[in-house]
Amino acid sequence: MSQSLSPRLETVGMDALMVRLFDAIDEAHMPWILAADSALRERLGEALIDLVPSYTTLLVHYDVALLSQIEARKLIQDALQGLKPASNEAGREHRIPVWYDDSVGPELSRIAERLGVDTDDVVRRHTGRDYCAFALGFAPGYAFMGLVEEALGTPRLKTPRQRVPAGSVGIAERQTAIYPMRSPGGWNILGRTAIKLFDRERDEISLFRPGDRVRFEPISREAFIEQGGDTTPLEER
Amino acid sequence: MATRTSTQNVTTTVAQNAGQTRPTSLVVERTGPLALVEDAGRFGCRHLGVTQGGALDWISLGWANWLLGNAPDAAGIEIAIGGLALKAEQTIRLAIAGADLGATRDGEPLDANVSFTLEQGQVLAFDQPRAGLRAYLALPGGIDAEPFMGSLSTVAREQLGGLDGRGGGLQIGDRLSAAGHAAEIRDMPSVPPMPRDEAVLELVTGAQIAHFEGASLFAAFNQAWQVDSRADRMGVRLTGPELRCQLGGMISEGIPLGAVQVPPDGQPIILLNDRQTIGGYPRLGALSPIACAQLGQCAPGTTIRLSPVTPHQARTRYLRQLALWR
Repeated sequence: MSQSLSPRLETVGMDALMVRLFDAIDEAHMPWILAADSALRERLGEALIDLVPSYTTLLVHYDVALLSQIEARKLIQDALQGLKPASNEAGREHRIPVWYDDSVGPELSRIAERLGVDTDDVVRRHTGRDYCAFALGFAPGYAFMGLVEEALGTPRLKTPRQRVPAGSVGIAERQTAIYPMRSPGGWNILGRTAIKLFDRERDEISLFRPGDRVRFEPISREAFIEQGGDTTPLEER
Repeated sequence: MATRTSTQNVTTTVAQNAGQTRPTSLVVERTGPLALVEDAGRFGCRHLGVTQGGALDWISLGWANWLLGNAPDAAGIEIAIGGLALKAEQTIRLAIAGADLGATRDGEPLDANVSFTLEQGQVLAFDQPRAGLRAYLALPGGIDAEPFMGSLSTVAREQLGGLDGRGGGLQIGDRLSAAGHAAEIRDMPSVPPMPRDEAVLELVTGAQIAHFEGASLFAAFNQAWQVDSRADRMGVRLTGPELRCQLGGMISEGIPLGAVQVPPDGQPIILLNDRQTIGGYPRLGALSPIACAQLGQCAPGTTIRLSPVTPHQARTRYLRQLALWR
């Protein structure tokens, strides 16, 4: 990993520029993305309308009443000058209890079968490492996390489900995620958490932010119920 | 793009009645396909996966608000296709702008862009589109409801915003309360007509345009596109020449408003206010905000021509539009 960057700045619209830092998905990139995120927020100040970090990029949406695109480019270039990666502690850590079970995670045994292992082994593998939240998208509070170990990587379902329940924990390719609310979805579902990912009543409305680190922890059905989890089986339709 | 002038505006200030504290309200008597509370949208939260939302035709919402002396981004009702009927519980000043949906006051036709009084017990009803798709209704001071993350905008997919705070559209029996009193009563200046059969939309070309084949780029800006029936507040599909891009699937990145993305089938999708916040298809660029507003009024089958512009050109026109409301 080089210790300096040559960010590319691309026009993407009247009031938006894309800061492109990398060309591949890598957890080692996140400290740079986070550093760029804080530098841009600070430098653009009230001229910043939205800043959307993702795996390799940051989308800067700025206020055209305050800045021309030339001025915005200049400010962004200044902000990224001499950037240093954020420390490993920059993202917050979360431990997410998950009830891994076929009734709420039908792909648990399918993945186990494919690997020729038992479901406990799949759970061990899924809970065996910290994941990085690369980006939020698809739905409020939905974090694309990774990477799961190579063997666990599983293509999306050929036919997405009409309704994936809130709290469902899934895998697609080498990424893992939790559905914050009931929605359609094509990820392979392994289990369910009772933790609320997006809660308008909470100070921290979205539990996850880009750059956070997440570790899953297996819990029993009883513990899941105690935490307020909904044991309704995932409907296959 | 024709420019609007505000020189012929007649502005009358309404004496504020200090004793009038009771909120005036409307009751929904009939719903149509979709009537939503929308303002300028929700900002500062796209990194959390929360989309921007807001009025598709923000210019018409701005005019409806302007007619009452509201801030241009005050919340109003976006009435898609028509059908909605509202009864005044108290006499109230209202304004409508945007599509001509055959609005009537107790059966008497109203202009499409007008400020008017709805007397207690009178019914404001919308029929069906005659020009454009979406009409905007403004109430004095906006709509009184609880904002979420700074906005009342309704996003059904996210279950956020609206009167119920859960992303629901207007339902029979819902009560709309004005957030204030009409500051002024104004007459509408002349504005460009709603797009009918054809629209020219300005597109700020993006850096990824370099990855499209030359013949595809020529086609994109010189051939006609049709608005597909697969169109909603998330995005509008266009059908026409097949565009080829050397970029395959990309790593997902933030998507700006109006992004013209081209999936592998070569048919563009223009991403609008309720779009997902990140995505991984190559883009020609993004429609200007003014073009996004125009697209929000284009019915399926409308012929579209894309006209390339620079960020500077788009910004100049955008700021000129905002200046009309100062």
